[in-house]
Amino acid sequence: MTGYFGRRYTLSASHRLHAETLSAEENRLAYGKCNNPHGHGHNYVIEVLARGPVDPETGMVVNLVVLDEVVQTRVLDRFDHTNLNLDTLFVHRVPTTENLCRAVFGLLRDRLPSGRLEYVRVEETENNFFQCWDAEGEMSPRGQ
Amino acid sequence: MVELTRRATFSASHFYWNDAWSAEKNEQVFGRCANRNGHGHNYTLEVTVAGEPDPVTGFVIDLKWLKDVMEREVLSAFDHRHLNLEVPEFKTAIPTTENIAIAAWKRLQPALAGVDLKRVRVYETPEIFAEYRGEA
Repeated sequence: MTGYFGRRYTLSASHRLHAETLSAEENRLAYGKCNNPHGHGHNYVIEVLARGPVDPETGMVVNLVVLDEVVQTRVLDRFDHTNLNLDTLFVHRVPTTENLCRAVFGLLRDRLPSGRLEYVRVEETENNFFQCWDAEGEMSPRGQ
Repeated sequence: MVELTRRATFSASHFYWNDAWSAEKNEQVFGRCANRNGHGHNYTLEVTVAGEPDPVTGFVIDLKWLKDVMEREVLSAFDHRHLNLEVPEFKTAIPTTENIAIAAWKRLQPALAGVDLKRVRVYETPEIFAEYRGEA
């Protein structure tokens, strides 16, 4: 029987939204406060949903302890208490939460101990969140 | 098509144990959840149905009716109960969050005949949840 298991994690990081291809004025217009050169930060919530058969022996889609370990090593250790703009994934890519969401998806895809990754949701604040079902093309940080 | 979700909460105790395994293996796989004395959670049950809003009432479904169905079919059986000892589904299945979601779906579906039940999500804590969408 196919079920889903989800888990929510938090990480705190800073970022600045600034596109290399736009002028200073265009960046201010596009990103407003988020273009502040000094950056700003968020407490992000990363919600991960795994899909797969419910193991008849354990009653589980995925073992929580093993999932935690994967998310910790692949995502939280990488981004928590960092400046996202300095991560190699965001050198030429604006660290919007859309892009962070896809980056997290790519970092976790194929890494789950069992089941497959159904979606990643990233909540930037209590009032906005982003969800993706793939890491799409160049957004995929496979091999990193 | 509009999806509508109703939440309800229940509190219950449980433990994880596979009788086919040794005590050591149960403790290794399930950790603290294998404590045979049990432990408890405040669970949140989310039931999502889909449909077109009725042209007269504007409702996809009568929320009060859905609340009553959830109360009658699930909460009356699960709330303030020891899931392993008092809920028949968990005589055989381990009451993991996944299996609780499946059991809730199976209880709700017959009572929601004619309703497009999309998913049942069960939160064990605000950070841990499982979902069942009726898939084989």
